[in-house]
Amino acid sequence: MNIQEFSLGDSIVHRFDPRTKILATLVLSITVTLMNDIGSLCLAFFFPITLLLIARVSVRQIFRRLIAVNLFALFMWFVLPFTVVGGAEYSLGPFTIYRDGLLSALRITLRSNVIILSIMALLGTSPIFNVVHALEHLGIPNKLAHLYFLCFRYVHVIGEEYQRLRVAMKCRGFKPGTDLHTYRTYAYLMGMLLVRSFDRADRIMAAMKCRGFKQRLFIIHHYEMRRNDYVFAAVSMLFVTIILAIR
Amino acid sequence: MIHLNDISFKYNSKTIFDRLNFDLVKGDRIGLVGPNGSGKTTLCRIIMGLEKPASGIITVLGKPRLTESDFAEIRGRVGYLFQDADDQLFCPTVLEDVAFGPLNMGKTVAEAKQITLGTLGKLGLEGFEERITYQLSGGEKRLVSLAAVLAMSPEVLILDEPTGGLDEETTCRLVDALTSSDLTYLVISHDKDFICQVTSQRLWMEKGRLTALP
Repeated sequence: MNIQEFSLGDSIVHRFDPRTKILATLVLSITVTLMNDIGSLCLAFFFPITLLLIARVSVRQIFRRLIAVNLFALFMWFVLPFTVVGGAEYSLGPFTIYRDGLLSALRITLRSNVIILSIMALLGTSPIFNVVHALEHLGIPNKLAHLYFLCFRYVHVIGEEYQRLRVAMKCRGFKPGTDLHTYRTYAYLMGMLLVRSFDRADRIMAAMKCRGFKQRLFIIHHYEMRRNDYVFAAVSMLFVTIILAIR
Repeated sequence: MIHLNDISFKYNSKTIFDRLNFDLVKGDRIGLVGPNGSGKTTLCRIIMGLEKPASGIITVLGKPRLTESDFAEIRGRVGYLFQDADDQLFCPTVLEDVAFGPLNMGKTVAEAKQITLGTLGKLGLEGFEERITYQLSGGEKRLVSLAAVLAMSPEVLILDEPTGGLDEETTCRLVDALTSSDLTYLVISHDKDFICQVTSQRLWMEKGRLTALP
């Protein structure tokens, strides 16, 4: 899987200035988090979906990512309707379901989906290097920005290492069960991954030093605020105002 | 160009080198062979200033190098190709990765881009610039990381197991790239044919001692 594949396309959304994109994502996320009206929350979907359509990102990939988010949301549906007391009551076998609980589970689901879709539409469509650089421009300490970038790059390598170790374990006849041997083996696996990541981090640092790294990352595809960016920023703000106003 | 004088080095209280001497002068093409764990990689890391010896003098490019900032000066002028290409390629695209060194040296983006395309061309990697580094094959990763080192136009090259995991054809490309250049270099390899093709003298390292091979 290519975690950066959304950024490979070329559309007006891809070409927006990453600084504008980060700020728009931030403003929309905060607005959505503070909003309680279900209607407005549904309306908020309009924004990321339009952008995703313009960016022509693979729908299958979008759904694959949404499934992961909604698995977390699913837990809310198992808990909140039973525990948040208030509003009408419905009975489900021996349990009582509360209307307020249902509503808050629904809100959390809608909110997280809007936010994730916006992140996919805006941050996902810029190469990670540019996002990191934009973060630095926006005043995020560069250590944090680099940390974010390197996590992104090496998740893949560590993932592969994990797969290799798993295959090696399988080839030696390991079958997971619910016994101490399984738990110990998994603990070793995790421990080994941790140690290896640590070593790898050392080697990467050395490799970067050898190529003259001086705590600064440069970018090749430079960006600048163009007319499209101002238009996009204005439209985003207008949209946020609208969904806030009509609740 | 590289001159190690009476280097002693310990790792976890195990002595790796005891008063080791090593010289590399301009035009030298030295092959370093020897059993696993004999200290070949450690030697390279000492030259690059990635390990600090307990005692001894390291002279690289005409000056004794002691502190981190001394070594920062030679990095780029001495190119070091790591054993594992995944350690070296950390940028998303090939272009960004190869340009990383030149940009650190203060080149402009346009210059760095031009250098990158030129270096990729020399290694037969035309059209690779927008490829994603972690989706390259093992051989491609190796060649791209070599391009990343060469892009800094080093005066000396240190190659740690450059043929590890390469097929015959890719190895041939590497041999061509090395023999057709006028670089001074030190190569570690277990591949006898390769070492004989690309070097003019061979050193054997065992238990931290160097001896010349015929």
